[in-house]
Amino acid sequence: MSTHPPILRESATFDRLVIQEIHRAAETGIYDIRGGGTKRRVPHFDDLLLLGSSMSRYPLEGYREKCGTDVVLGARFAKKPLHLKIPVTIAGMSFGSLSAQAKEALGRGATIVGTSTTTGDGGMTPEERGQSETLVYQYLPSRYGMNPDDIRKADAIEVVLGQGAKPGGGGMLLGMKVTERVAGMRTLPIGVDQRSACRHPDWTGPDDLAIKIAELREVTDWEKPIYVKIGATRPYYDVKLAVKSGADVIVLDGMQGGTAATQEVFIEHVGIPTLPAIPLAVQALRELGMHRQVQLIVSGGIRSGADVAKAMALGADAVSIGTAALIALGDNHPSLDGELRKIGSAAGFYDDWHEGKDPAGITTQDPELAKRLDPVQAGRRLANYLRVLVLEAQTIARACGKSHLHNLDPDDLVALTVEAAAMARVPLAGTDWIPGRQTY
Amino acid sequence: MKTIDLSAATVRDLNQALHDQAKQLTEREWTVAHPDGKHNIAAGIDEALKIDIHGHAGYYCAGMNKKADITIHGNVGVGVAENMMSGAVRVKGSASQSAGATAHGGLLVIEGDAGARCGISMKGIDIVVQGNAGHMSCFLGQAGRLVICGDAGENLGDSLYEVRIYVKGAVKSLGSDCIEKEMRPEHLQELAELLARAGVREDPKHFRRYGSARQLYNFKVDNAHAY
Repeated sequence: MSTHPPILRESATFDRLVIQEIHRAAETGIYDIRGGGTKRRVPHFDDLLLLGSSMSRYPLEGYREKCGTDVVLGARFAKKPLHLKIPVTIAGMSFGSLSAQAKEALGRGATIVGTSTTTGDGGMTPEERGQSETLVYQYLPSRYGMNPDDIRKADAIEVVLGQGAKPGGGGMLLGMKVTERVAGMRTLPIGVDQRSACRHPDWTGPDDLAIKIAELREVTDWEKPIYVKIGATRPYYDVKLAVKSGADVIVLDGMQGGTAATQEVFIEHVGIPTLPAIPLAVQALRELGMHRQVQLIVSGGIRSGADVAKAMALGADAVSIGTAALIALGDNHPSLDGELRKIGSAAGFYDDWHEGKDPAGITTQDPELAKRLDPVQAGRRLANYLRVLVLEAQTIARACGKSHLHNLDPDDLVALTVEAAAMARVPLAGTDWIPGRQTY
Repeated sequence: MKTIDLSAATVRDLNQALHDQAKQLTEREWTVAHPDGKHNIAAGIDEALKIDIHGHAGYYCAGMNKKADITIHGNVGVGVAENMMSGAVRVKGSASQSAGATAHGGLLVIEGDAGARCGISMKGIDIVVQGNAGHMSCFLGQAGRLVICGDAGENLGDSLYEVRIYVKGAVKSLGSDCIEKEMRPEHLQELAELLARAGVREDPKHFRRYGSARQLYNFKVDNAHAY
């Protein structure tokens, strides 16, 4: 008999996570729900590199020469387009999924650096309007908390058709977070498992959307930019239809984009990554002669200034962050590890945002937990993080010889993998091969 | 009274003039001529105006209305009085689908028939339909009252929250979690008051009441068959 311990072979098909999920499903009879975006590895910005300058291109002085970061959003039709100092915005996240303190902190952080933040399902709170110099109002299928006064108070309107974590699905807010205030804003009974509609109640298809956008313009006397947000599935067609419907701005959210609560199977198996979505959207805009006329905001997995630079090099006018913004506020901070372990998670892994037990006070409606988050301090953290994103992106852009982040272009990029080269439509590093575009 | 003729002026001209009344009220009574099915007529009003639209209107007529009393002397397209907050809208003819969608308040009276999804996601509005209402009416209805003096189509009140529905005629089928409920004296009184407000002469005793069984408010494995 061998004296060596046996080497156990784990199944690649039925690994421990799969087995755990089957047991969980068998015990509960209901699908798994969690927050965040996809956790699987998908082709992403990490699979791209930027080409700095040397002989054939020359750089800007990295610490001295100006590299612009401003962006104008919504000049196509709106009388009052947005002028942001940086091209990194805060994505739509609801009061309800987030505490009032977290929403206020997002507004504070965005305002410090001159960018916008966005409401979410459930309407606008005084905290976020009060602290957000530039606030985008989400117009969602549920229309929870929707009222024309808030539309008129907003600086832009974002018609939400979907989001990257769950394209084709509606929002979800489970009963533990549907408190008296949240329920009151949404006209729902306290404690219901709120499952939002996924289709708008009064329009279907692009012809109707054109009329709906016209209504929103009429209600706001054509002052506000109208965004259309889509989850990345068929962005080439969706972008064309959104532009045809009259959108000023397209928000394109890839599958890495987060959610406060959705079925795990939805998050992991529906939609396409951000990387292939951008070139498809840009192609649609170019074919319409609308690239840079209708702005493209990209979200889903933006973490660093490198991601910002790569997204913009692929053709985005701006990016948007959600999950990264929550982390900057303090979500999953290592100091919370002990408390997170008590609720069955750990710092760096916590994604049960739907349960409302967040010790950081961010994804909760528990007043005791929520008051742990100091909106002023958290807002400063977010502002710091946003500054770093921009400084990093500027560093890269200058190295590429660009005097504005918008001057980055696909020629500044190469791919590390065949898959990323095909999806991003840039050459595989060291070659001039773009799979699917050229024969080698 | 001021008249705006949409065969000469644009909807933008009309709406701007009506919106300006919220800043400085110069004329309370307005007439709209030749609407000819144009969309977004009288959308976003925020003043207690009286507006008469003489003809047929398109989508989102009186959308997001606050305070105004608007009468359409004709038929209306999709989403009449959608997301109305207060005031009153009366359709002398029939309404297309999603009438009163997501509306938070006010009174919508449709003297003819209403299409599908009448009162979808309604959040506090009162709707009175003198004729029939189409399928999926009051889908996801959250608050308010829906009165149908004629018949209701398939899946009335599907996934209903707290709307009270009163129907005089036949109901083709009820949606998930919608059930018939006892018509108690307070409901007869409520309905009588609502019919009177709407100017509709019907006997409340001829109506039946429907509401939510409240079985789908929270996830329960045993309810999976309902979807």
